[in-house]
Amino acid sequence: MQSQATYNYKVVRQFAVMTVIWGIVGMLVGVIIASQLVWPQLNIIEYLGYGRLRPLHTNAVIFAFGGCALFATSYYSVQRTCHTPLFLPGLAAFTFWGWQLVILLAALSFPLGFTTGKEYAELEWPIDILITVVWVSYAIVFFGTLAIRKVSHIYVSNWFFASFIIAIAVLHLVNSAEIPVFAAGILTPKSYSAYAGVQDAMVQWWYGHNAVGFFLTAAFLGMMYYFVPKQAGRPIYSYRLSVVHFWALIFTYMWAGPHHLHYTALPDWAQSVGMVFSLILLAPSWGGMINGIMTLSGAWHKLRDDPILKFMITSLSFYGMSTFEGPMMSVKSVNALSHYTDWTVGHVHSGALGWVGMISIGSIYYLLPRLFGKGEMYSTRLINVHFWIATLGTVLYIAALWISGVMQGLMWRATNPDGTLTYTFVEAVKASYPFWTIRVVGGVLYLVGMLLMAYNMFKTIAGGKAVDAPVLAPAAAH
Amino acid sequence: MNLNITNDFINGFWSMYVIVITLVSVVGCGVFLFMQERANFTAGQTTGHIWDETLAEYNNPLPNWWRWLFYITVVFGLVYFVLFPGLGSFGGKLGWTMRGQYDQEMDAAKAKYDPLFNEFLKKDIMTVAADPKAKEIGQRLFLTYCAQCHGSDAKGGKGFPNLTDNDWLWGGTPERIQETIMKGRDAVMTPKGVKPDMDGQQIKDVVAYVRSLSGLDSKSGGSVEHGKELFPQACAACHGPEAKGNPEAGYPNLTDKVWLYGSQEADQIETVTKGRVNRMPAWGDFLGEAKVHLLAAYVWGLGGGVKPAEPAPVAAPVAAQ
Repeated sequence: MQSQATYNYKVVRQFAVMTVIWGIVGMLVGVIIASQLVWPQLNIIEYLGYGRLRPLHTNAVIFAFGGCALFATSYYSVQRTCHTPLFLPGLAAFTFWGWQLVILLAALSFPLGFTTGKEYAELEWPIDILITVVWVSYAIVFFGTLAIRKVSHIYVSNWFFASFIIAIAVLHLVNSAEIPVFAAGILTPKSYSAYAGVQDAMVQWWYGHNAVGFFLTAAFLGMMYYFVPKQAGRPIYSYRLSVVHFWALIFTYMWAGPHHLHYTALPDWAQSVGMVFSLILLAPSWGGMINGIMTLSGAWHKLRDDPILKFMITSLSFYGMSTFEGPMMSVKSVNALSHYTDWTVGHVHSGALGWVGMISIGSIYYLLPRLFGKGEMYSTRLINVHFWIATLGTVLYIAALWISGVMQGLMWRATNPDGTLTYTFVEAVKASYPFWTIRVVGGVLYLVGMLLMAYNMFKTIAGGKAVDAPVLAPAAAH
Repeated sequence: MNLNITNDFINGFWSMYVIVITLVSVVGCGVFLFMQERANFTAGQTTGHIWDETLAEYNNPLPNWWRWLFYITVVFGLVYFVLFPGLGSFGGKLGWTMRGQYDQEMDAAKAKYDPLFNEFLKKDIMTVAADPKAKEIGQRLFLTYCAQCHGSDAKGGKGFPNLTDNDWLWGGTPERIQETIMKGRDAVMTPKGVKPDMDGQQIKDVVAYVRSLSGLDSKSGGSVEHGKELFPQACAACHGPEAKGNPEAGYPNLTDKVWLYGSQEADQIETVTKGRVNRMPAWGDFLGEAKVHLLAAYVWGLGGGVKPAEPAPVAAPVAAQ
């Protein structure tokens, strides 16, 4: 014990609590729009119609729930693996309030109809500028903390968080280049993309796929690399595997975007490049799964009674499954069937509910007792219930959409002996209703799990008090 | 070298630029793996670094199956680039393009289905309408291309004409129906007809008069008397002095109790006040003559079809079928 200096846990606590809150909000909106598909009469007023709530759902779960989880876990792990408190704590506090403001503005502007129309980048230009300011501040805090570290080597989780912060900055700035609209000489919050036609589409999906690659993959791998070995109490399986799959992953992801534009105005060569790199991406993606799951070798028995570890290992299984499915769906002939169907939505949710959701939930369960001076969560049994409800919800959701997706793809292309279409579009819609209903059930289960988590969290907080752990001296081996 | 013409390169430099970067990147993935798998591995031992009390790393070798998976995808990528368009303007050894695939599939479909459709094209529309097989095909085409607006039952909706009654905005003879589908129709009702200075009361008066022609009363306070006086100035230019319209030019008949935008008085006041703009898209270029022929026959046969004024010279009587 070298001094009374403590880690900065305040900002971690704030982000951790908001992860659960925004998770509930984002997933509730998801359940609402899933219900609107089954019961269209739930589209009551334009502000809360499907078209405006859908971007609110995606932004809330990715950037509010996922974003807060990443801020919380990266701030926590970077201090502890650098053996130093956060660089510029005031700026770290600003990133919390700034990010909450971004989320609040999103929740207001989407229902009011403001959107750029670019998927996962729908926020209009004034909010884009705010995001840039918050993100640069985040980068300063994170890299500043790395710079003042008390150990010579940088732990693997930080490589992934670092690449995520840099890549998201580049992606956001390039894709959000837009020209504000002046109406009658007055600057409005509306804008149009700086790019036109197929170039705009290509920039958008270069962004869109790397939002998946860096926000939803690299960053959550960073989370995994800290919390899985911590919770399992085992060393990482292979340092060399970390090195290979890290560099291969961040390099290859950047090329994969064009697979979102198969059989479009995008030139053939660009589509092929996107497909080939998506296939090469399979092994680098699986490197993270292997390293996470194999970290458990010698400690498999812990899975029996540790629901937090169950969340983490299940998340890695879903990660492996969806990173196998993704490259397969990028193959042109498979994509010709899967594109524009529910299969895509199911694929995204096996990543979102299974991987991103579960690794976040597991990590936040790990964090909360430590942030509030408790030995463990208020109820371990409730975590276990949460785990089974969430797993069941995820499986129901993705299985339903696999079936409806493949069914839609097959129905759309079926022809009669005279060459006319066997099914009208609306027949495929009608046939999808049972699966959309199952999807609602899956979503509700996942949401109920989050409500249990919120209850467990507030009970834990009520029984504890905010504590900041003392900064540890680096191990002697360094 | 099979040059791919469907690319965006403005000159050879950018093609080479892309080819070099793409190849270096794919091969680079393999080379990187090859170099890394030669590092020193110490299975079962950690690297010696410890972070945050407990975090350590073993240095196990890369799993063999994983290494091979990685190599196979790299080799697959290179082979794919030889066979398919992917390296700049090099089109690939197989000569495949997505445009080519589309053309090939469309040509195959034409070769297979055109004889069937062309068979119907030889017969006149009323004959085709009586053919049960043509009716089946026509219905399928209708459900794919027409039902979005006119409904699966062809009974239309607000702004979308009912095709099962005998009221035709543009004429209900086989030729007129075919022309409507082939070329589409554009229709505009100007606000306040041709009397732009009509005030709110006058609009109600005109609407009251028009409603009276279909035996409907007015509850908005419009005067049938005044409306009758206004009608020749405001409406008759298109709808005719007797309000019977003119299907040659698409002017609706206002006396037939069919209301495209609703039979409520409020709907009609809105029509006169704001005017209406409507469009039936042209399908000729997209579907071709033969399919439009089948569609025209299907629509004509829905029940409201009008026989041509003079019987077609060689048309077989429908009853003989």
